[in-house]
Amino acid sequence: MDFRIFFSPVPTGDTTYLGWLLAGLRTTIALSLSSWIIALALGTVLGILRTVPNRALRAIAGAYVEVFRNVPLLAQLFIWYFVVPEIAPFGRRFKEIDPFLQQFLASMFCLALFTAARVCEQVRAGIESLPRGQKNAGLALGLTLPQTYRYVLLPMAARLIVPPLTSEMLNIFKNSAVCSTIGLLELTAQGRQLVDYTAHAYESFLAVTILYLVVNAAILIVMRVVEGRARVPGYLGSRN
Amino acid sequence: MYDFDWSSIPGALPFLWQGMKISLAITAIAIAAGIAWGTALAVMRLSPAQSLSLFAAGYVSLFRSVPLVMVLLWFFLIVPQLLRDVLHLSHATDLRLASAMVAFALFEAAYYSEIMRAGIQSVPKGQRSAALALGMTPLQAMWFVILPQAFRNMVPLLLTQAIILFQDTSLVYVSALADFFGAAYKVGDRDGRLVELLLFAGAVYFVLCSVASAFVRVLRRRVAA
Repeated sequence: MDFRIFFSPVPTGDTTYLGWLLAGLRTTIALSLSSWIIALALGTVLGILRTVPNRALRAIAGAYVEVFRNVPLLAQLFIWYFVVPEIAPFGRRFKEIDPFLQQFLASMFCLALFTAARVCEQVRAGIESLPRGQKNAGLALGLTLPQTYRYVLLPMAARLIVPPLTSEMLNIFKNSAVCSTIGLLELTAQGRQLVDYTAHAYESFLAVTILYLVVNAAILIVMRVVEGRARVPGYLGSRN
Repeated sequence: MYDFDWSSIPGALPFLWQGMKISLAITAIAIAAGIAWGTALAVMRLSPAQSLSLFAAGYVSLFRSVPLVMVLLWFFLIVPQLLRDVLHLSHATDLRLASAMVAFALFEAAYYSEIMRAGIQSVPKGQRSAALALGMTPLQAMWFVILPQAFRNMVPLLLTQAIILFQDTSLVYVSALADFFGAAYKVGDRDGRLVELLLFAGAVYFVLCSVASAFVRVLRRRVAA
């Protein structure tokens, strides 16, 4: 083990190997955050659709979940990166942009749409876990269905599903490592590049693993605080 | 518009089937070893011995905090060296399959252990008290009374995890091992038909996993009844 390797300059000389790892970490975090925001928005909409009375809307959201849950993430990523640009009308313009941006966008859409299916199921479970009386009471008071969702069901459901959403957030962060397979230079890919350049495999992998552990722990600590604030009095412990 | 040409798939089917057999073999080994080791971890986690409980808790949270890709890379680095030293194998022996199996078994065990822990905790306390009152040792009570019930309650969750595991085996791509997905990629790359082969692979996974999930749903209703 020789950890001094991280402070030696890379062949191009403009940074150290540690600088490479930190650049990878930045990409990993940017990727996870941006795809998480999309996944949360899309997943919430789909989750609501899963519970509405309209049968067609429920079926559409259900089909979405089926497709995105039953195809491996790696296959989805390769389809976004290798297949969609070939067959989509905007494909030619996509292939003209900066390669890093191509990889980043494909990874972002892939992670976002994959995770949206899982967020959708959590939102649905949250809404369905509310007593039926809540919805009926809202409607009986003269609220329209959208108003009932907006003012009665969603505020409650949102607070109930914070803990499962925390683990989805951790998942999207860990799943972002899959994007190293299409050449996106995120944390895992930087670690592998370090192995190629320095032949210090143990040190590089150890550093990368520790960085993952640190970010993971940071997300957990922040989310514990959020979970504490979001907890609904009287519901304590009733849902895990 | 893109010109689809599916003609390279029929000829590649035997090769793809070879890949599917590797995917299934990794899945089967990882399920069996993962459930066994995961159950052992769950029992340790719930044992009164603090050192065992701490070890199990640390193991589970370590493996659950690191991406599977990273775990696979570690094992492709370490396991071949270790096995060669212990078994005195030559450098030509291909140990990627063995490495993948070990990695998946150890990684999935962390997830299976959480499921089994919930399963053990779902068994009423009276069952254990009754077993102890009958003169069983705590380990006998665990093995003959609690675990069979815990296992039965958790069958749907264990199977759902198995489906996820099957999908995750595609990640052995990072070692260039030709599992089903890797085989499809190789054929597509060779024939310049990546679009068709990737869509085909995605469709195969979709059909297999949807059928399996539907089966689990039926089973869940039966266990609940």
